[in-house]
Order: sequence, then structure tokens, then C-alpha cells
Amino acid sequence: MNVKPSHSLSVQNVSAGYGDVAVLHDLDLVIPSGKITVIVGANACGKSTLLRAMSRLLAPVKGQVLLDGKAIHRTPPKELARTLGLLPQSPIAPEGITVADLVSRGRHPHQGLFSRWTREDDAAVEAALVATQTMDLAERPVDELSGGQRQRVWIAMALAQQTDILLLDEPTTFLDISHQVEVLDLLTDLNHQRGTTVVMVLHDLNLAARYADHLIAMADGRVHVTGAPDDVLTEHNVRQVFGLDNRIVTDPTSGRPMMLPIGRHRMTRDQHLKEDRA
Amino acid sequence: MTGTALPSINPIKQGRRRRARRHGSVILTLLVLVLAIFVLALSLGQSFTPPGDVLRVLLGESVPGASFTVGQLRLPRALLSILAGLSFGMGGVAFQIMLRNPLASPDIIGISSGASAAAVFSIVLLCLSGPIVSVVAVLAGLGVALCVYGLSSRQGVAGTRLILVGIGVSAMLDSFVAYVLSQAPSWTLQEAMRWLTGSVNGAQLSQVLPLLVMLALCGGLLLSRAKDLEALRLGDDTAAALGVKVIQTRIIVIMAAVGMIATATAVTGPIAFVAFLSGPIAARIVRNSGSLLIPSALVGAILVLAGDYVGQFVLPSRYPVGVVTGALGAPYLIYLIVRVNRSGGSL
Repeated sequence: MNVKPSHSLSVQNVSAGYGDVAVLHDLDLVIPSGKITVIVGANACGKSTLLRAMSRLLAPVKGQVLLDGKAIHRTPPKELARTLGLLPQSPIAPEGITVADLVSRGRHPHQGLFSRWTREDDAAVEAALVATQTMDLAERPVDELSGGQRQRVWIAMALAQQTDILLLDEPTTFLDISHQVEVLDLLTDLNHQRGTTVVMVLHDLNLAARYADHLIAMADGRVHVTGAPDDVLTEHNVRQVFGLDNRIVTDPTSGRPMMLPIGRHRMTRDQHLKEDRA
Repeated sequence: MTGTALPSINPIKQGRRRRARRHGSVILTLLVLVLAIFVLALSLGQSFTPPGDVLRVLLGESVPGASFTVGQLRLPRALLSILAGLSFGMGGVAFQIMLRNPLASPDIIGISSGASAAAVFSIVLLCLSGPIVSVVAVLAGLGVALCVYGLSSRQGVAGTRLILVGIGVSAMLDSFVAYVLSQAPSWTLQEAMRWLTGSVNGAQLSQVLPLLVMLALCGGLLLSRAKDLEALRLGDDTAAALGVKVIQTRIIVIMAAVGMIATATAVTGPIAFVAFLSGPIAARIVRNSGSLLIPSALVGAILVLAGDYVGQFVLPSRYPVGVVTGALGAPYLIYLIVRVNRSGGSL
């Protein structure tokens, strides 16, 4: 295990939004260093906005995001981009660009105006391709790849950036279940092998609980509850955050909590009786 | 032979080298083409001037029969064509890359029309001439850019809205140009054509220097942002995450691109579709092997030089360069709109 020096990322009293619409309200957070943190919450609760605020894409109206005690909005963007990387929800691949070329773009923050491409840059790109198992695709155009492959390539680009903190906005959207697991396994490898702090937004609560060391449940632009998945993914919390009746069981494969939604239909007799009693 | 494997040929390094080689050879080829057409334009018009005589005129010697045709007529015209082409090509592609849409070129979204309107206004109605016209044109170009940008920004600028607003503004300014021209009945058709479609008729050597200075300044500024522009192709968010100052880059790119395009427009008029065509043509040739700024500038120079030559000597009667480039550009515009509508494609 090769753990890098850890960085501290925290959000202090942040309010942020778009135009007049406030999305985040007085939010406080500490991201555990070297862990996998997953942010969950209902649609439009401010998950992506939080990620944008944490990565300098959106300036907070109030409060600040601190990286190693320094406000990120006062850090030069290139300097920040060498420590903190972000993979947005829908990045754009220029038409016809090859995988290796796209992944090389991750080296941007390490390059100056006149600096030439170095051996180090090559090594970083190669390591990123190897880690994401996309080496075989290196010279293929990105637009010819499948969704799962493409997502691996984008993650490779973020890896080539060689940041100790990596934020990802819904990295598993549009992927089928096997590719979702593949991407999450890859990010876990990265966390285990390099000690990279991973922060991501996920929609699937069960995958979130399985892969997260630390869960943040958001509701209405605020942190509703945060902690270990066992403490966060409870029937009570899910009902409050998502307004959904549910049962929590233990996932037999991972030992983590697993949420079963309860709707109005397709419920067994037991469940109906339980509801009637309530 | 030792037991270790031979150093494996690294595909990443290989790919990168191949791209760099391709980029270099594309630029070299385009440069040679520009030079070739330049030499052709200097030596073969309605009469043929031997290359030796052309060279002697260029070196400042007085050659009977050649000094006037080459030195006074052909040289200013060819130089102006090259400089205007470079300006349109580079400024155009900078906009297209920045807004990730080939339709977002300055001649579609009204910036060329703005510069043209300001130039024709200050020449016809204010009786100005010389560099001051360029200054007014640049200011007007910036004003239009600001106006289009402002009108189309609602929680961030969406490309499509900006293009539609730009087309509207462009139509308005074009009708203003037509109005001003109609107020000057003493103007020749040739003169009017300059402000309607662009022309390098009546080029003078004194027009070359200001254009060259502006091109060097703005071009240098754009080239210094080439890497940031490349990053912007991945989307604003991705670029920002890679450490690009997105807003600052945008402002610099807009100022520089408008500066060079408006200066060129003040001299040659809005040569139709050169800014719009150069980028996509360059993109086809360069194929992601590197920055499009220089290749597109060279394609622009070729389009104007060759377009003017064709307009003068190849077609049955003489046309200004804008008529030729316009005839090339319009079908491509239609093709692009059909294609973009189908795939939402980028440059």
C-alpha cells in the first residue's frame, strides 16, 4: 500500500446557488481523508451543486471550502487542479479524439505555457490507462467506445491528473449494472492502492452503502445525516430524506445495509399487515 | 541478449509523436500552398511576369513593365488577402472552439457585420479614413460581441441561443449596411460589394502594416491560450476542473478574435464565410492532432488568396473574392445545419 500525504477538505458554512435560487444552505462538512465518501439524496437536493462548490466550479455566496486550511476560491486554479480533480456529469469528447489523446488532456494542470511534454507526463498517462484497463483502447476514437468503456476513459483522464482528491458527479449514470460495479470497483482499487480520497454522488443507495466508507445524506440543500453506512442507511433516515417507506436488511454479500423500497403494490401480506398496524 | 525484454514500443508515446508529426506536416503543407498561390498571384494575372522579374520587384528594384503590375497592383492585393485570410481563419476558429459549435463563427453571429456596419458608417457618413476606421470597427465588433453574449446569457451562455441571437443581430446590421450604401449613390458597385460580401479590390500597401500589427498582437494572444482552448473543447466544467480560468480565457479569446477580425473587416469588408469555413476545413485535415489555430489561419489565407484569384482570372467575368467564398460557404452552411440538427455535433 502506497499512501500519499493526506489532504483535508472541508466545507464551512457554505451557501451557494444559481442566480437568485439558493441551493445549498449553511452547509458544513468534513471529507474524511483517504476514504471513499458517497453523497446521496433525492433529486434536486443540491448534491451536484455541493460537488461543484467543492471543486471551485461554483463560487459560494457565503462561507468557504477549505483545502488544507486554505480557501479553494483563493487558490490559483491550476494549483488546485493538481490536488483536486473533478469528473463532471457530462464531459464532452471532441469528435474523433483518440483515447490516449483524451487521457493526456488530464495533464493540463501540470503544464505551463511553454513547457514541453515530459517523460513524467507519459508515465502518468500510461499509469492511468493501465489502472483503468484501457491500454488496449489507447489509439481507438472515443466516440466508437461503449458507455462503460467511455466512462473508464474519462476516469483515466481524471487519474492522469494525479490528484490526491477525486470528485465524481454520478460516475455510474447511464451504465448497466455490471459496468456500474466495474466503475465502483475501479475507484475502490484507486482508493486502496493510492490512498486517493474519493468523493462521489451516486443515485443507487445500495451501491452507495456498499462502496462508501462514509455516507452523506442530503435533503433540501442541507446535510441531513452523515457517518458510516450502517448509521446513515436506516429506515428512519431513508423515510426522512426520500419520503419513502422502506425496509433495511443486511446485504448478504457485503454485510452492509441494503434498502428495500416499499411501494403501494406488489407487497406480500406481511408487509400489508405491518402497514395496517402502523 | 539479456533476459529482460526489449524496451517495449510505448503506444502512448508513439501516438503522441504521430500526432505531433501530422500536425507539423499539415502546417508545413498549408504554408507551402499559401506561398505557391502567393507566387502565382504575383506572377500570373492578365499578363505573365517571369519569376525573376517578380523577385527583383520584391527586392525593390525598378523593373519596367513589372514594377507597376506586380509592385502596385498584385503585391498589395496578395499581401492583404493573406493577412485578412489569416485573421478571419484564426479568429473564426477561436470562436468555434470556444463555443464548441461551428455555427458560432464571427461572421454568422454578427461580429463581422458589426465591424462592417461601423466601417461603412464611418467612411460614408462620417467621412473618416485610415486607421481610425479600424478602431471604430474593432469597437463596434466588441460591442456586438458583448451585446450578443449579453442577450443570450441566461444562467450561463447556451451555444444555440447565442447563435440564434447572433443571426438576428447580424441580419439587422446587414440591413443597416445596405441602408448606408443606398444613401451614397455616387458609390461604384465595386465599392459597395466590399461592404456587402468583401473584396480586396484597390488594395494598397499602406493598409498592410496595421493589419499585420493587429494580427501579430491578437494572434499571439490567442496562441498563448491555445492549450486552454483545447481544454475548453471538453466542456466548460471539465476545463475548469483541469485548472482553466474559463471566464478569463473567454474574455481574452473574444477580445483577441474580435480584434483581428474587425481590423481585417475594416479593410476588406466581411469576406463571406471565410471565418466560418476555415475552422471546419482545418479540423478535417488536422484530425485532432493538435491546436487548430494556426492550420485554420492558413486555410483562411488560402481561401482568400485562391478565392480572389479565381474571382479575377478563372471565372468568365470578374467577381470580388467574397462572391467566390460565399458560393463555397453557403452550401456548407446548409450541410452543417442539417448535420448539426441530426447529431448535435461539435467542431
